[in-house]
Amino acid sequence: MIRDLWLKLTAPIDGPLMVFSGLLLLIALVALGSASPERMTTQLVNLGVALAVMRVVAQIPPQRLMHLALPVYLFGILLLIAVALFGDISKGARRWLNLGFMRVQPSELMKIAMPLMLAWYFQKHEAMLRLRDYVAAALLLLIPVALIARQPDLGTAILVFSAGFFVIFFAGLPWKVLIGLGVAGAAAAPFAWNLLHDYQRHRILTLFDPEKDPLGKGFHIIQSTIAIGSGGILGKGWGQGTQAQLEFIPERHTDFIFAVYSEEFGLLGNLLLLILYSLLIARGLMIAANAATLFARLLAGAVTLIFFTYAFVNMGMVSGILPVVGVPLPLVSYGGTALVTLFLGIGILMSIQKNRMLIQK
Amino acid sequence: MEFKNPQEELERFRSRLAFAGGFVLFCFALLFARFVWLQVIQHDYYQTRAEENRISLVPMVPNRGLIVDRKGVVLARNYSAYTLEITPSKVKNLEEAIDELAKILDVQPKDRKRFHKLLAESKNFESLPIRTRLTDEEVATFIAHRYRFPGIDIKARLFRQYPFGAYASHLLGYIGRVNDRDLEKIEEREAEDNYRGTEHFGKTGLEQHYEFELHGISGFEQVEVDSGGRAVRTLARTAPVAGNNLTLTVDAKLQEIAEKAFGDRRGSLVAIEPSSGGILALVSVPNYDPNLFVDGIDTQNWRELNESPDKPMINRALNAAYPPGSTFKPFMALAALELGKRRPEQAISDPGFFNFGGHTFRDDKKGGHGSVDMYKSIVHSCDTYYYMLANDMGIDNISAFMGSLGLGRRTGVDIDGESEGVLPSQEWKKKRFRKPEQQKWYAGETISIGIGQGYNNYTPIQLAQATATLANNGVMFRPHLVKHITDTRTGKQTPIEPQPIKTLPWKQEHIDVIKKAMVGVNKEGTGARAFAGAEYVSAGKTGTAQVFSYKGAEHKTETMAAHLRDHALFIAFAPADKPTIALAVLVENGGFGAQAAAPIARQVLDYYLLGKVPKSAAPSDEAAVEADE
Repeated sequence: MIRDLWLKLTAPIDGPLMVFSGLLLLIALVALGSASPERMTTQLVNLGVALAVMRVVAQIPPQRLMHLALPVYLFGILLLIAVALFGDISKGARRWLNLGFMRVQPSELMKIAMPLMLAWYFQKHEAMLRLRDYVAAALLLLIPVALIARQPDLGTAILVFSAGFFVIFFAGLPWKVLIGLGVAGAAAAPFAWNLLHDYQRHRILTLFDPEKDPLGKGFHIIQSTIAIGSGGILGKGWGQGTQAQLEFIPERHTDFIFAVYSEEFGLLGNLLLLILYSLLIARGLMIAANAATLFARLLAGAVTLIFFTYAFVNMGMVSGILPVVGVPLPLVSYGGTALVTLFLGIGILMSIQKNRMLIQK
Repeated sequence: MEFKNPQEELERFRSRLAFAGGFVLFCFALLFARFVWLQVIQHDYYQTRAEENRISLVPMVPNRGLIVDRKGVVLARNYSAYTLEITPSKVKNLEEAIDELAKILDVQPKDRKRFHKLLAESKNFESLPIRTRLTDEEVATFIAHRYRFPGIDIKARLFRQYPFGAYASHLLGYIGRVNDRDLEKIEEREAEDNYRGTEHFGKTGLEQHYEFELHGISGFEQVEVDSGGRAVRTLARTAPVAGNNLTLTVDAKLQEIAEKAFGDRRGSLVAIEPSSGGILALVSVPNYDPNLFVDGIDTQNWRELNESPDKPMINRALNAAYPPGSTFKPFMALAALELGKRRPEQAISDPGFFNFGGHTFRDDKKGGHGSVDMYKSIVHSCDTYYYMLANDMGIDNISAFMGSLGLGRRTGVDIDGESEGVLPSQEWKKKRFRKPEQQKWYAGETISIGIGQGYNNYTPIQLAQATATLANNGVMFRPHLVKHITDTRTGKQTPIEPQPIKTLPWKQEHIDVIKKAMVGVNKEGTGARAFAGAEYVSAGKTGTAQVFSYKGAEHKTETMAAHLRDHALFIAFAPADKPTIALAVLVENGGFGAQAAAPIARQVLDYYLLGKVPKSAAPSDEAAVEADE
């Protein structure tokens, strides 16, 4: 009877996805145990909630998700507008909406709502895809991205944008348009520079020469690269990272947890992490390849690549090759919101895998 | 299969998936390359950076060297005391915290003022004293309440103390908290590392001149710190090495007697051992209590010291120059003998004045001294003799001879900031004045130079050095205060060798003439009253320096405003045949030298040669006024 219950409970779970993300969660708990052991209990609770969300979503068939796409997207836009009008300001940015009993960050919802919406849109116009459909999709993408970017929250804006962009890319945006946009974007960069907030510019400038401002903006990057570099090949050992334990690494349990992990587990630890992310992404792409409908394919491909964007941007910024934007390390950084969002994505992937194409030929 | 599209679409989608997969791998490879760069290739560099982050060297300040007199009497020492210190960066509201503190401990407004002064000057991470020298009860009280005062703690610190208080303050100087000018000196010597934890620096006197001897070598504690700079644990420790001790040539008791001899008068006395240049006493009164400066002087005391018309902060022995008056005469006479301008027995007839270029230069004695030879000219201090002599010698000869004696030249004593004084010469006048008619030297100006007036201006230490050189038969030493420096670790003593600067090529017979005349001064001349009944033979010369120019006019000293009265001077050495001490005394506005200065010299010589301790300050001998100066 217990076995039956177990089977019923794990029925929609995809084995490989669960194993890879489980191993990543294990790394997360090990790293958190060193960086901030007092937060372990909270994170375990967060994890329980996230896994429950995953389990629930995994059971929802993609068709039902498709029906949710438009309402969720519109609701998200509405909330973003509400934030812009009545949002709480914290650390110079208006990101939070106070509901009285709790504060929510609507931009987080957009990370999933965005690909959901665009995948739905392309599914609807599946029969005849014309260039104007891509333009419409781009508009659907850019409205929320602009709203988030002006909060300002460059990190989330990048994540939401890339999630939507992946959908458009997988939907078949012609290469020549893509390259054309790339060239135009490079040409427009100087103008975009002027639109950035001062603190965003400083972050980018500091990236190029962090030593210039070792006590101010450059401090984060300098200390995290020192942590990574001093870790060497084998690392200093769990709990032995001086940069981490003596609090030289800023935000060491959230955005900079990779520096803690890297200092203590070295190059080999980093390699393990990269391999696990690669496997997780590979499994996601495989699920996308075998998805039954265009909607499911696009959604699966985009959700999978969200993990990549998170991982690449976070490790890139902590190791000093990308500017510091507030992006956590997926599944590893402390914090409930990102964890729930990511497991929501994994749940979607599992649901798509469950309802995949029947093997043809 | 209604359309052929789906299969094609799927193929295209899958190729894009493959492309995405390739892109992911490419980006991850990029990251991996970055990790290899940081963790393998640059590993050593970052390893070092991490160690530098982690390990902090906390300096341990060495004990400052002691200063003792020639007999071992301690003049400057250290003592340990508890201070209550605030680390401003760890206290949210300083005023509130101090108010709370004042409820359990005695915190005076001057403590607050001093704290705020220190706060304004400090680097932000230091801890600063709000109270110093806590009693045991206060320490206990605070410890009981310590939990209420984060960022405030008790520390044991060493303090400088000058046990004799104000005595010898001008030669010892004092230490105070390091300021920007001190930092420049530290940087000049590239001693920044050794001074990292040091809070005090010698400001004046010996404390300043021998700062780098007295300081010692800082120790260091290797401490593991967190990013907030808080020490987590100690890794290694190098003990500090205490500073070197200074043993002075000064006799503390003699110094004290000399200072007391002045009573409440202003002035200076410098006593030198002629055979070495070692300074036995260096007095400048009024003096001040150097202990006030050690942990930051409060505003009220500072104002009192600075605004006092008596100027107690000026070291008169080195930084105040006075006309030598008649104490100049023995040197003038020696110059005349050396230059062949006079023979000892050659006498002049003194009518009581000397006419030159339509101007009358008067002698102090109305009607004159009659027939005056060299001996009599010194013993009775005959002005006319020296008016004539100066006129015969000319300014160039006078300034060359006096310059060779060290007058108007820095002596090189081991206290910084010595003044040069003024040795008048044609060249000096050219430099000193701007208008051409002022730049010219007039022969008439030479006349008053002969009796130590005019442009002559010398510091007491210069007069003492000249007197010591005469006493030592022309062998001149650099005056110095430190006899030897002792390395506290090895006990090794490095003597400051008495080095003769030069030997002046004087004929011994000439020197003997002058010495004999100076013995005569104390036996039968202007110094006879002050030295009546002395159990040793001393040589001296009185002097009176005009403060107010009253050219020939009748004047009565008693009725003049105190600050316009003449300065009293006296130079002396003893025992006359084999001098062990030579000195110069100056009493500002003291009147005649015989009246105010000679009695002070008598007390000093009596103690130094006979061990006699005077019962009170030297008297002002009003009866000596009418002696023939």
